[in-house]
Amino acid sequence: MMVYIMCFILFMVGLYGVLTRRNLIKIVIGFSIMEFSCFLFLALIGYIENGLAPILKEGMKNPVYVDPLPQAMVLTAIVIGLATTAMLLAIAIRIYKKYGTFDIRKVNELKG
Amino acid sequence: MNGMSLIVKKVTQLMSGLIFMYGLYIITHGHLTPGGGFAGGAIVAGAFILLILAFGSKVISLRTEKSQTSITESLALLIVIILAGAGLFFGSYVFFNNYLPEGEVGELISAGVIPLYNIFVGMEVSAALLTIFLGLVIYKEEVAS
Amino acid sequence: MELTPALYIIVPLLGAFLIPVIGHFVKGFQKVLTVLITLFLVVYNIWFFVTGFDAPVVTKVGGWEAVNDVPIAIYLVYDGLSAFILLTICLIAFLSAFYAVGYIKRFTAENNFYALLCLMIAGMNGVVLSGDIFNIYVFLEIAVIASYALVAFGTEKQELEASFKYQVLGGIASILILFAVALLYWQTQTLNLADISVILQEGTQTTALIFTEVLLIVGFGLKAAMIPFHAWLPDAHSSAPSPISAMLSGVLIKAVGIYALLRLFFNIFVITYEVSLVITILGALSMVVGVLLAIGQWDLKRLLAYHSISQMGYVIIGVGIGMLIIQRDGNMTIAALAIAGGLFHMINHALFKGLLFLDAGAIEFMAGTRNLRNLGGLARYMPVTSSTSLGASMAISGIPPFNGFFSKLLIIIAAVRGEFYLLAALAVFVNFVTLGSFMKFMRYAFYNSDKSKAKLKTDRLPFTMKFSMITMVILCVLMSLMIIPYFREIMLTPAVDVLVNTSEYATKLIGL
Repeated sequence: MMVYIMCFILFMVGLYGVLTRRNLIKIVIGFSIMEFSCFLFLALIGYIENGLAPILKEGMKNPVYVDPLPQAMVLTAIVIGLATTAMLLAIAIRIYKKYGTFDIRKVNELKG
Repeated sequence: MNGMSLIVKKVTQLMSGLIFMYGLYIITHGHLTPGGGFAGGAIVAGAFILLILAFGSKVISLRTEKSQTSITESLALLIVIILAGAGLFFGSYVFFNNYLPEGEVGELISAGVIPLYNIFVGMEVSAALLTIFLGLVIYKEEVAS
Repeated sequence: MELTPALYIIVPLLGAFLIPVIGHFVKGFQKVLTVLITLFLVVYNIWFFVTGFDAPVVTKVGGWEAVNDVPIAIYLVYDGLSAFILLTICLIAFLSAFYAVGYIKRFTAENNFYALLCLMIAGMNGVVLSGDIFNIYVFLEIAVIASYALVAFGTEKQELEASFKYQVLGGIASILILFAVALLYWQTQTLNLADISVILQEGTQTTALIFTEVLLIVGFGLKAAMIPFHAWLPDAHSSAPSPISAMLSGVLIKAVGIYALLRLFFNIFVITYEVSLVITILGALSMVVGVLLAIGQWDLKRLLAYHSISQMGYVIIGVGIGMLIIQRDGNMTIAALAIAGGLFHMINHALFKGLLFLDAGAIEFMAGTRNLRNLGGLARYMPVTSSTSLGASMAISGIPPFNGFFSKLLIIIAAVRGEFYLLAALAVFVNFVTLGSFMKFMRYAFYNSDKSKAKLKTDRLPFTMKFSMITMVILCVLMSLMIIPYFREIMLTPAVDVLVNTSEYATKLIGL
């Protein structure tokens, strides 16, 4: 149970970072932490105590495998996370080029 | 972008080939051992990124390289889609059908189409990561100048 | 060859990856290919409708058959509801792509624009077709990542800021959805929607399940921009290039937001009183607050974006009323009427709001500004734009010959017959405010004193833009035919049946 609570705490750390930091890059970092807490949770739900890697070999009798499906899901989600992070960083760098700052308080053209 | 010191250059020269080969190994053995297209592709891209960082490059040559990697990426994805779509015409006529002979478990050439997917996905991932890296580096150079 | 839903995903994906390769060498290839692809999708979709299909058509990706009724493959499910929403997506995509051919000339990097547009269409089609909750998440991310890039396409200060805001909020929504998927997998040990549905119908309502439902409502609510979660929508939709605004406002928030909510809460979860009440209240809030926020806007596209929130509120209260009636085992015909009204308003909103955004794009194309204070007297120079906007404004504010009237009427009749008098009164009230708001738009943009004569950038619109606008206004009128039973039974009734017979989705799929 403890690991799940740690996972949740990690999520909250990321959310805190996204909500309170004023620097665009730090927001992206907080965002990644949130994402990875979610991946951790996915990997944990497939874990079985003393489970083996789910690879078929000869001469195994009633082996206990960990659930491979969440691992596949985590891999897919990591690829998507990579795309989101790259996209966020690209936009952050473009914003730096236009506004000359990473401070979110100065990036306020749109209101209302 | 400037290169780094002589020590870094020499070590990179020695290591990058090995890293590249290791990435290829991970890609081609994707259906037998953990790893596969994405992990191996990331390693291959790492080898190229190391070289660019250590030896430095001019912005103009980075631009041409970026357009080449982005074309490679699209081409690899196109081949993956065509391989998957070919399943509509072979075997049991469904998308992503595994229509090649499956072979024996544990051999390098087995598992039908899956090694092909791994190879092209590896190509795509390495090209995509390089494109992202080059894009960010080019922006950095533009902002700095 | 038999009908295969996989083509809806393969064809736009092929386009998206062909364009950067061939478009790099052949000039004009990207425009032709995108238009052809979207046209093919529309024709294919209509062909599905005309030949009539025994719903649901299921494709098992990879050809893995179910073992002991436990599905293994990823399912692509094409049933009445999917067909209905796919038609909306493909139609708006075709018209937007055709419009873009004339409009997008002023931007560089046309290849990237069309490739991303194809990617976005593939993602939305995937969300609608997927019968597997994790793939809904994957395709949703494909669609929204493409839309993040498209919102920032102008790369000016405002676009970048809007895109960053959209990405942070959209990303949080995606993470919440992924978290909900993980929780759902933890509880049911399966990802297939039909399988999850069977397990959940038997089980009891646990705390973890309620937590999952809350996460899903917040996640998809953020994607659908319901009112407490709407902060990104006006910025993102007003900053994107106009054809993309039409796509985002017309179909993206429906395909990745409303459709997913409908599919999950009608067909997968057991409908509970709390969930249906929350959805109805969120819908009513969006409807009222959205239109009140729209009153004070002078930026043309921001005004339209706020109206999108408000009109989506109509869709949500329509299905919310249906959910409430199904939950208390009330009269099924009224529930069906309410849901039909909601779905009908969905396609209508896609058409008239898409048209209004295209008109806004045409105004920006010619006058160079979106600020209503600096416009006026455009009716003389832009007869096509002014007459199509008049049609769309009448449709959105519910004037009889146009489609908006009939769908709103259905929702209000259902609300009155289901004894939700407050909702009916609110719907009527919001409609009048909408009418006022669009009278302001028409007056300041087209009929006011002539301010913009000297400032016009060009004196005529490209043919493709005019063609899309005129087609859409004709479709706005034709859609009212859906109220006639014959047409209703072809398109609307199968979609409504999927939602009203809540557990039928699982029973039909599980045996296949």
